[in-house]
Amino acid sequence: MNDTATLTWFAGHEFRLAWRDWLSMMTAGKRGRERTVAVVLVLFVVLMHLFAWSMVARVADIGAHPDKAALIGITGSLLLSFSLMLSQAMESVTRAFYARSDLELILSSPVETVRVFAVRIGALSVSTALLGLAIAAPVINVLAFLGGAHWLAAYGVVAAMGLFASALAVALTVALFRSIGPKRTRLVAQIVAAVIGAAFVIGLQVAAILSYGTISRISVLESAGVVAHAPALASWFWWPARAALGDAGALAVVLGIGVVSMTLAIVAFSGSFGDHVVAAAGIAFDPRRQRAGRVFRGGSPRAALRRKEWMLLKRDPWLVSQTLMQLLYLLPPALLLWKGFGHGHGALLLLVPVLVMASGQLAGGLAWLAISGEDAPDLVATAPVPAGAIIRAKVEAVMMVIAGVFAVFLLPLAVAAPYLALVAGAGVLVAAGSATAIQLWFRRQAKRSQFRRRQTSSRMATFAEAFSSITWAGTAALAAAGTWLAVVLGVIALLLLAGTRVLAPRAA
Amino acid sequence: MPHSRAALEILNLCKRFERPAVDHLDLTVRKGEFYALLGPNGAGKTTTLRMVSGLLKPDAGAITVEGIDALADPVAAKRVMAWVSDEPMIYDKLTPLEYLDFVARLWSVGAVTAKTRAHTLMEWLQLTPFAHQRCESLSKGMRQKVALAGALVHEPDLLILDEPLTGLDAASARQVKSVLRERVEAGSTVIMTTHILEIAERMADRIGVIDAGRLVAEGTLEELRGQVGDGDASLEDTFLALVAQQDMPAEVAAA
Repeated sequence: MNDTATLTWFAGHEFRLAWRDWLSMMTAGKRGRERTVAVVLVLFVVLMHLFAWSMVARVADIGAHPDKAALIGITGSLLLSFSLMLSQAMESVTRAFYARSDLELILSSPVETVRVFAVRIGALSVSTALLGLAIAAPVINVLAFLGGAHWLAAYGVVAAMGLFASALAVALTVALFRSIGPKRTRLVAQIVAAVIGAAFVIGLQVAAILSYGTISRISVLESAGVVAHAPALASWFWWPARAALGDAGALAVVLGIGVVSMTLAIVAFSGSFGDHVVAAAGIAFDPRRQRAGRVFRGGSPRAALRRKEWMLLKRDPWLVSQTLMQLLYLLPPALLLWKGFGHGHGALLLLVPVLVMASGQLAGGLAWLAISGEDAPDLVATAPVPAGAIIRAKVEAVMMVIAGVFAVFLLPLAVAAPYLALVAGAGVLVAAGSATAIQLWFRRQAKRSQFRRRQTSSRMATFAEAFSSITWAGTAALAAAGTWLAVVLGVIALLLLAGTRVLAPRAA
Repeated sequence: MPHSRAALEILNLCKRFERPAVDHLDLTVRKGEFYALLGPNGAGKTTTLRMVSGLLKPDAGAITVEGIDALADPVAAKRVMAWVSDEPMIYDKLTPLEYLDFVARLWSVGAVTAKTRAHTLMEWLQLTPFAHQRCESLSKGMRQKVALAGALVHEPDLLILDEPLTGLDAASARQVKSVLRERVEAGSTVIMTTHILEIAERMADRIGVIDAGRLVAEGTLEELRGQVGDGDASLEDTFLALVAQQDMPAEVAAA
C-alpha cells in the first residue's frame, strides 16, 4: 500500500470508528433503535429551529453594512461557539492521549506513526468542526430563511473556527504535556476544558437574557461603554462577523486561517504526538505509593462501603473534575444574577433554585458512580451483607458528600436569610434524594471509567433526572418566594418521580 | 451452624438463559476436599458457581453450603464462603492493604485479626513489597493474587475459584497452588474450575466433568479413567473422551 493509500485507508478507518461510536452512543448500544433515534433527532432538529427562531428572529435583517452594535453581537455569538469547540477539542485531544484502546496495536504496527497521528489530528479537527456546525445550524438556517442567503456563509465561519479551535487545543495540550508532564496534564487539561466550557455557558446565559431584551443592566455587550471602546468598523477584528454576513473576502481569510492552522498543527505536532501518547500510556504502569495510614481500624461493613466510595472518589482527580464540572456549570449563573440584581434579598432568593438544581445534578453523578460504577460487583455481592444494607451505605455515601458540599453555601445563607436557607436545604435534600433514587431504579453495572458516557445506558434516567432537578428547583424557587404555587409544582415533581418509578426496569 | 459432612450440596439445579445453561444438576463436594470442575466452554461451570456464590438466582433447585440453605439464607451462606473470578475484581485506586482491610470489614473480621491475616497472606503471596502501591499499577498476576488474598482474609470454609490461574506466570501460579493446598490441609474446601487439566490432575482430590449443564462424570482420576476404559490415559484424553461420549447420539453411544 502506498503512502496516500495508507492515509486514505486510515482516515476511513477513523471515521468508521467515529460513526459507530456515535451511533452506539445514540442508540445506547441496542440494535433496531436506529429508526427511533432518527425520529427523535428530526423532532429535536425541529425544536432547535423553533428555539433559534425565538432567539434570533429579531436580528435576522442585519444587511451587508452592519453597525458596530450588530458586529459586537455577532462576534460575541461566534466567540461563544468558539469556546464550546475549544473545550470539546481539548477534551478530545486529552482522550486521544490517554484512551489506550487501540494505541498498542497502532504503535506496534509497521505504519509510520507520524502519518497515523496526522490523520488522527485531522479527524479530530473535522469532528470538532462538525459538532460546531450541528449546534450552529438551526441559528444559521433561521437567519438565512428570514434575512437572506448571505447568512449561509456563517457555515464557513463555524467550520473554520472548528479547525482553528482543534489546532489550538492540540497546541495547548502538547504545551501542557511538555511543561507539567503526562501525569498532571490529564487533570489540568480537563479543568481548562471545563472552565472554557463554563465560560460558554455564562455566555449563553448572557445571550439568552440579551435576546429577550428585558434586563439591559447586565447586557454588557450592548452597553455604551463596550460600543465606544470596540475597534473601528474597518478593523480586521470584525472579519469573522463580516464573513458570517456573507463578505466573500473576509470569508476567504477566515477559512484560510482555519485550514492553515490545522495544517500547521498537523505538521508541527503529529511527529511528537506518538511520543506523548507513549508517555501517557506509561503512567498507568508507574507505581504510585500511598502513605501507609488508616487501615485495619475496624468498623461495620456499611462504614467500610461508605469509606471505600469516598476514597475512590478522592483518588480519581478526573472523576472529581468531571463531577465538580456540574457545579461549575451551574454556579456562574448564580453569581451573574447576584451581580446583576445587586445585593438585595432578590439575589439571595435566586440562589435557592440554583443550589437545588446543582444538588440534583451532582447527586445523580455521584449516585451513578456509587451504585452503577462499582468496579468489584462480585466482591460486594458475595459479601455477607444484605443487599439493602449495601444500597443504604452507598446512598449514605452520596448524601453525605452532598451535605458537605452544600453546607458551604447553606450556612452563610442561613445567617443572611434563615427562611431561604431552610427552603434551599429542604430542596437540596429532596432533589439529591430524587436523583439518587432515579439512579437506583435504573442501575446497570458499568465500569467507573464509563462515567463520561453514563447517560447512554438510559435516556429515560437522564431525562427523568434532569426534569426532576428542574421541577424541584422550581418548587424551591416558588416556596422561597412564598407563593402557594410551590405546592402545585411540588406535586408535579412527585408525580414525575412516581411515573419514572413505574417506567423503570422491573429488575431494578 | 448446622452439622453437615458436605461443604456443598446442589440438587436439581436449573438455570436457563436463551437455552438451558445448567440442566437439573446434582453435585456434592465433601468438606476438606479439593474439587476441580472441568468442562468445555459454555458447559455451565461458571453459571453453576455463580449461583452457589449468590451472584445468580437459579430457576429451580437447592443449594446448601456448609449445611446452610444458600437460597433461603444467602447472607449466612456468604459468611462462610469466598468467590474469586478469572477477572480480578479489585479497586484500581486502593492499595492491596487497603483492599484487604475493606474485604475484612465487609466480612466483619476484627481489626487486629484482619491485620495479622492480611500481613501473613501478603507475605505468603509475596505481595508485601507492593502493599502500599495502588492496584492500578500492578500486573495481571499481582492483581489476581490480591483478589485471592481478599478471598482468604476472612478464612472461608468454602473457597470457590473460577479459572484462578489464568494469566499467571509460572512462579505466581506455583505460589497460588501452594496457598490453596495449605488451605485444604487446614480444613477448608476448595472448588475450582480450570482449563489447565494438568492442575486438576495434580491438585484435585476429585474431578467433576460438566457438559451441557449436566454432571457427566465424577470421581478421582483413576475412577474417570475407568469410565472411559483406559487405565493409562492422561486426564486430557480422559476428559475429551468423556465429553465426546456425552455429545454422541444415544444410539451410537449404546452401540
